[in-house]
Amino acid sequence: MRLQRPTVVLAGLAVLTVGSAVLAIGVGSASIPPSATLRYLTTGDAGDPTWTVLLAQVRLPRAITAILAGAGLAVAGLLMQTLFANPLADPYILGVSSGAGLGVALSVLGTGTTAGAFVAGLGVSGRFRTVVAAGLGALAILALVLVLGRWVRSVVALLIIGVMIGAASGALVALLLAFSDPARIQKFVLWGLGSVGGTSWQDLLFLAPAVLVGVVMAGWLSPSLNALLLGETYAASMGVGVRRIRASAIVATAVIAGAVTAFCGPIAFLGIAIPHLTRLALGRADHRLLVPAAVLMGAVVCQLCAVLAQLPGSDGVLPLNVVTAAIGAPVVVIALLRSRTLAAGAA
Amino acid sequence: MTNPVGGNGSGGRFDDGAGDGVVAGGGDAVAGEAGDGVVGAAAGGDLVLVGLSVGYPSGWRRPDKVILSGLELRAAAGRVTVLMGPNGSGKSTLLRSIAGLQRCLSGTVTLAGDSLAGLDPRARAARLAVVLTERFDPGLLRGGDVVALGRFPHQRRSGTLRPADQQAVADALAAVHAEDMVDVMLARMSDGQRQRIMIARALAQEPALLLLDEPSAFLDAPARIELLAVLRRIAAERGIPVVASTHDVEAAVRMGQDGWLIGPGPLCTSGPVDTLASSGAIGAAFDTSAVAFEPDSGMFRMR
Repeated sequence: MRLQRPTVVLAGLAVLTVGSAVLAIGVGSASIPPSATLRYLTTGDAGDPTWTVLLAQVRLPRAITAILAGAGLAVAGLLMQTLFANPLADPYILGVSSGAGLGVALSVLGTGTTAGAFVAGLGVSGRFRTVVAAGLGALAILALVLVLGRWVRSVVALLIIGVMIGAASGALVALLLAFSDPARIQKFVLWGLGSVGGTSWQDLLFLAPAVLVGVVMAGWLSPSLNALLLGETYAASMGVGVRRIRASAIVATAVIAGAVTAFCGPIAFLGIAIPHLTRLALGRADHRLLVPAAVLMGAVVCQLCAVLAQLPGSDGVLPLNVVTAAIGAPVVVIALLRSRTLAAGAA
Repeated sequence: MTNPVGGNGSGGRFDDGAGDGVVAGGGDAVAGEAGDGVVGAAAGGDLVLVGLSVGYPSGWRRPDKVILSGLELRAAAGRVTVLMGPNGSGKSTLLRSIAGLQRCLSGTVTLAGDSLAGLDPRARAARLAVVLTERFDPGLLRGGDVVALGRFPHQRRSGTLRPADQQAVADALAAVHAEDMVDVMLARMSDGQRQRIMIARALAQEPALLLLDEPSAFLDAPARIELLAVLRRIAAERGIPVVASTHDVEAAVRMGQDGWLIGPGPLCTSGPVDTLASSGAIGAAFDTSAVAFEPDSGMFRMR
């Protein structure tokens, strides 16, 4: 039997995911050879006590975070692009990252304000406080979008509401920044640059289930998403509960994007670029293939971005968003140019 | 004016192999003059509208907007019913209401004796299929993908196609002669090819009623005639009512079987298209100060 292109692509991506994981685990302040990484993964001992500790405490959590963030954002972006029938949609289109940003800004900059006191009052501090603030911010924005969405018939109106809510929370953040102490501002700016480092195993206990739930939801929605490719009216005529699917897709996206943003900061471009890359690789519009392929593609690309951010061979570390934007922006442009339908403006 | 497929305004029955003998239901009972209501006994799988009012329900500080009211219409199984009316007369609203895509203001819609109201979307989709004017980004969709989507209401949750599903898809593609377009990207198809795929998608739903909103809108003249021929064959072979709206009255009169005519104003009349043409009902609905419908030729002429 002749191998189908989707099978080949999925298998290739799976191999690349493992390969990029070994590569990503290896790079950093101390370079660890792939052989030692593989030995640690199979036996639990890297052959050098320093390496063993480094792998267990830093490199593995970092690699798993990169896989989860990349896979999650890719699937969330795919959901949004299909739901809004818009190639420019991304996981943050409904204001999730702005909401998370507002939460973090209130918590980091707004000490002394009610919101800052509320977050502090939850008994959390330091890094975890930022995570909780980002999660709450994302949740608040999501709730607002979902409530407003009940009265909105068209997805375009919903899209505009999301963008407007994002703009409004962006303005609030700017207001907080204008009246804040530069040292605190730096903390907020650092969060905004994005990072897959710094996550602990405890963090992963939250991040992994959130991403998994979102991805499983996306997989479960796949047949309905396929019908949605023909537009909402056709989908409804085929028996798709359009409103229910819409709400489910938004919740799945928000769970993923909220969790990833809380732990890693807003990671730009992966959510918009990877679905395009995945479609380009698969050449298919079937979400039952696109969702697993996007998971793998996201994992590969996010890990490679994390590797580049480590600047192998030097001591410096780039902000993750610098790398994702530098790679993501051209990818989006190339993907759009390669896609004849989009280049021709057929819609 | 040559007529490539035989038949003319006087109602010649186009026969392309299916044979008129297959016509089921009480088709010819739907005879009569303008103003006829539901005629004949409830037959087979007919679509029957009783006292139907369509429009947009009241909203906040906004009363019901009634587009058409008191409709008493029947579409016979096995036959093509063309829904004619001037632009903006409510053809699409009526079709959307029958399809359950918007709520009817009052009255009932029954198909083969069963009310369509209150069916859940999936159950309704298993009974009726629509072809809409809605345009969408074809993206990476291939002809076969689109037709297979029609199996959605019959499918298992996983979306995998069982042999019965594959058979339905193959039958649907064969019905519109699109077997060779399975692997062709939708983006590369002509409007006519794409329309055939969309009809095949509707047929893959194995509907007991097929509704089409302006199916010939983007097609050239030969493709329009061919489309109506395909619809007649589908109606006859599957023994289902096919209702297609069109503003192309000339093609409808030449190729249609039964007609629903909206106009003048909200008035709605029904009957065989040749009767509607010869009785002057079509002229009454469409004539303007500059243009008049000629029943003999089935065409519009400048006055």
